[in-house]
Amino acid sequence: MSKLKKKSELEPGAIPFKSSKEYETGDWGITYPKIDYNKCTKCTLCHFFCPEGAINVREDGYTEVDYRYCKGCGICSHECPVKCIEMIVKK
Amino acid sequence: MYRDDSEKMNQKLLGLNGDEAAAYAIKQVNPEVVAAYPITPQTIIVERFSEYVANGLVDSEFVAVESEHSALSACVGASATGARAYTATAANGLALMWEILYIASGMRQPIIMSIANRALSGPLNIHNDHSDSMGARDSGWIQIYCENCQEVYDSHITAWRIAENINVQLPIMICFDGFTISHTMENVFTLNDEIVQNFIGKRVFPKITGHLGETDLRLNPTCPITMGAMDLQDYYFEHKVQQHEALLNSLEVIESVENEFSEITGREYGLIQSYMMEDADVALIGMGSVMGTTKYVVDQLRSNGIKVGLIKIRCYRPFPKEKLVKAISNCKVIGIIEKSLSFGSVGSPLYQDIKTVLYDYEKKPLIIGYVHGLGGRDTSPENLKQIFQDLLKIDNLTKKIGNQQYIGLRE
Repeated sequence: MSKLKKKSELEPGAIPFKSSKEYETGDWGITYPKIDYNKCTKCTLCHFFCPEGAINVREDGYTEVDYRYCKGCGICSHECPVKCIEMIVKK
Repeated sequence: MYRDDSEKMNQKLLGLNGDEAAAYAIKQVNPEVVAAYPITPQTIIVERFSEYVANGLVDSEFVAVESEHSALSACVGASATGARAYTATAANGLALMWEILYIASGMRQPIIMSIANRALSGPLNIHNDHSDSMGARDSGWIQIYCENCQEVYDSHITAWRIAENINVQLPIMICFDGFTISHTMENVFTLNDEIVQNFIGKRVFPKITGHLGETDLRLNPTCPITMGAMDLQDYYFEHKVQQHEALLNSLEVIESVENEFSEITGREYGLIQSYMMEDADVALIGMGSVMGTTKYVVDQLRSNGIKVGLIKIRCYRPFPKEKLVKAISNCKVIGIIEKSLSFGSVGSPLYQDIKTVLYDYEKKPLIIGYVHGLGGRDTSPENLKQIFQDLLKIDNLTKKIGNQQYIGLRE
């Protein structure tokens, strides 16, 4: 608790002083997606469907999951036309 | 009321009822957004204001919303972008706004809202009492109660400066009695548009540090911030206490803005208004239009040499504790008259507040609470005279009289 700000240090209006990037929501999920790059066709549909914006397109054209923000909803896996994304239960 | 005739001369005398006085003041303020839904007895405000919009007399965006919940939501959204936002409602309309009342004050949005006080249903009643706004007394809004149409007009101008003060940043409810004030035409001295505009100035914003650096407390695409987001066990508590402190700090701001306003108009209101209190043995404390009638009764009794006085609470939230204690310091007996009933409680809201305040002081006057005028029942000068007479012989009555009395009730 010691690193939390005091009342006197807070802005009026309950404005968050961090951007949402600093709230790592990736630990919410019970499953996580794993992309099989041997099957991936670089269609990037998973990137567009991801509701959290947690799938980025790399320079080589392949997509990559940012696990800091992925909540494991499985939409990417469901939408993937070549079924190369597998949802794996976290242990 | 006026120091000299020149103050009066610079002001235009209009015949306005309370609703019209509110609408006229808001027309002069010319807020960017007005979102309101008509409900008796506030209807005339919405009617007049939409006429002003249709006739091109204001630049305001008038949002004809589908409910009061939407009206206040639209105002919160508009205000968050930095616009001046205004709405008006009454009774069940206010009840429907409930959820957003706390959001407006929690997000620290300086929205101005008129309330033409009306009884809450059920049974259905459209007439005046304070049960609607009294329920909202803990919602974090500043509450101003007006006695007449002139006060309604003036409050709708000063409110902007109070709400938007850097140290306040809170919404204000301007309450005036439905029908008794809202539909009763009185002489109202009005300022010219330019003086009103100069007085209110431009909306000011506190500087805050968002994640992209220093910015105004408003939604701005070039420096985005988040408002009203999730705030859990870690910070909610601190933010609420901050809000409470801002409300308490507004007492000072209200007084200074009103002083500045009285320099222009010659009209002074203050947080509370004492009348004939210097040597009064017995006083009535209350709010709203009934205090005008009480002044008349005090004058009558004074002409017979009876030492009575009154205190009108104008600013109910934040509660002007110090002012009140000072004003009643010489009183032996106090009657508190209010138009609301706090079901199952030890007394009505004002009675509870005043008794709580006085617990800490050694010199405690005897206090009797009176509930009157529920659902618009008339409180006549005779009723008030009777209360004064009862209070004057209270020494004989202390054993008979209870904590809460009802005026004009057929028992």
